[in-house]
Amino acid sequence: MDLLEYQGKSLFARIGVPVPDGRVAATPEEARDAAAELGGTVVVKAQVQVGGRGKAGGIKLAANPEEAYARAEEILGMNIKGHVVKKLWIEKASNIKAEYYASFTLDRSAKKHLGMISAKGGMDIEQVAAEEPEAVVKVHIDPVIGLPNWQATEMVYRAKLDPEAARGAIKLLKKLYQAFVEFDCDLVEVNPLILTEEGDVVALDSKVALDENGFFRHPDFPNFAMEHDIPPVERMAKDRGLNFIKLDGDVGIIGNGAGLVMSTLDVVSLVGGKAANFLDVGGGAGADTITNALEILMQDPQVKTVLINIFGGITRGDLVAQGIVEAFRRLDLPWPIVVRLDGTNAEEGRRILGEVQSEKLIPAATMREAAEKAVRLAEVS
Amino acid sequence: MAILIDENTKVVVQGLTGKEGQFHALRNRAYGTKVVAGTRPGKGGEQVEGIPIFDTVSQAVEATGANTSLIFVPPPFAADAILEAAAAGVDVIVAITEGIPAQDEAKVFNYLKETAPDTVLIGPNCPGLISPGKSNVGIMPHEITKPGNIGVVSRSGTLTYQAVHELTLRGLGQTTCIGIGGDPVPGTNFIDVLSRFQDDPETEGIVMIGEIGGDAEERAAEFIAEHVTKPVVAYIAGVTAPPGKKMGHAGAIISGSKGTAAAKMEALRAAGATVLDDPTQIGEAMERLLAER
Repeated sequence: MDLLEYQGKSLFARIGVPVPDGRVAATPEEARDAAAELGGTVVVKAQVQVGGRGKAGGIKLAANPEEAYARAEEILGMNIKGHVVKKLWIEKASNIKAEYYASFTLDRSAKKHLGMISAKGGMDIEQVAAEEPEAVVKVHIDPVIGLPNWQATEMVYRAKLDPEAARGAIKLLKKLYQAFVEFDCDLVEVNPLILTEEGDVVALDSKVALDENGFFRHPDFPNFAMEHDIPPVERMAKDRGLNFIKLDGDVGIIGNGAGLVMSTLDVVSLVGGKAANFLDVGGGAGADTITNALEILMQDPQVKTVLINIFGGITRGDLVAQGIVEAFRRLDLPWPIVVRLDGTNAEEGRRILGEVQSEKLIPAATMREAAEKAVRLAEVS
Repeated sequence: MAILIDENTKVVVQGLTGKEGQFHALRNRAYGTKVVAGTRPGKGGEQVEGIPIFDTVSQAVEATGANTSLIFVPPPFAADAILEAAAAGVDVIVAITEGIPAQDEAKVFNYLKETAPDTVLIGPNCPGLISPGKSNVGIMPHEITKPGNIGVVSRSGTLTYQAVHELTLRGLGQTTCIGIGGDPVPGTNFIDVLSRFQDDPETEGIVMIGEIGGDAEERAAEFIAEHVTKPVVAYIAGVTAPPGKKMGHAGAIISGSKGTAAAKMEALRAAGATVLDDPTQIGEAMERLLAER
């Protein structure tokens, strides 16, 4: 889960990564009050889950509360790369002397943590890395040991930060790494990390991606999502524990396992159709899960047919079939459903499906046949 | 010869007393797998359908000679369960559990490499492995398998079944089928398995199923080009997946051009593998390759 800037900064503050003082605002009035409370010049920053806010005009300075009100009015409602600004972060302006970059993530190839730091922050770091690879210092960290002091020190000196930033930067890196590990993050990134005129090293931005598998250790983290702008259908799917992504075709897809569902999208495309969504019911789906999944697809008016592709392992074909039967009984399903069942208890599942007396239920023997039938039905309806 | 597990494999199931653990352990035993023990702290001395339960894995290993562990314990305790199995000295650990935090997986992977380098960890978040006719250590539906000479390795659970199913339909049996799991830090990668299949005299052809995200397939392609002389049929899922979207598996994220299905397919093709764009043609393609040899 990608956090908004202010959410990431709240986590930074919790663990002791220095961040400027700030307030969340959803209206110009709140922005004005926040500026008055903070005092002096403030920065009004759009809170959206997308990069490039500054260039799009989503970050502006305000010298006093009235200016903060005016800037907030301009930024709220702005559309930044498809994301409408509904929230602002009003932050005390910093006296920037130098801008750096720092991040921690998992290097999947090396299977170790990767720390990156650069003296060239404040701009597109991917471009810096492409044009001057030596300007981005990369260090592998053993996850068993963590980030030792010497390695944080080496990162800072090899990146050639300004000498007066060294002590603060080493300290900040260690805290940032601690946040990365303790909060179960996939990524923590600070761009820019700044040296102030006063000599402090501060995280001026935050990009934090949380690993949802770690939420059992952080019972409050799911709350972050309540402040995110998620389409209602995706939220509904999430609440029901389903992995759903809306796409722009007309063949609704339900399957078990990310690989099989992705593959189903590919085969649908191969036979000339277009998937309306990605929906993975996961492993061990029961009857309820299938009914829930069909209800989610009913929210999408673009769907013309549905393809259910199940290859049972831990998921049992008989339970899936019961879910489909239940859906036919309880829901007024608007489209034909092509079902392909294989694997664990699939025979029993097909027998259960055989009892449904509806021309809207179309069995298919193979994945390819199922895709062809679903795509053809979408074309004629 | 099968790889990693065979008729001499003795399995201890961690989490045997749970619903899923029990369902699959009993299914595996009915198939002929030697399921010799289960563990559950506090339930030592009890049994599940005749399988003795021990409080710890090391007790189970001492009493039964178990050499392989199958893990079903929930995510908060799964990393610990893997470390316990390794400390007890089993040769192969199969972690089925889905939803283990990536931070835990990274620690476990590196710790095992440092302290138990000979222990093989399959998974986590995987369907396990089966050597048809010999042993099933995981959740794969054995009905779709058949003893034979093809090795199957896959990052995706259900796609593994799809691939095996297509082979069996064509009469092509399997030496061993392995799902290595789609998590960011799998204990075993494609290269580990490809090298075992290459060395296994009974394996005549290899099917490899990948998906978008990461660079495991690209690295496997380099290995195939240099070391694999047996025919390889490959399939990559996620050709039509929109970039930047995370599709279920923590592993399946595309960033930039690296990790796209197209890049992976190209790398595998260049390495000499037969790359398909339709998984339902896996059996047919392998049949053709074997006939040409």
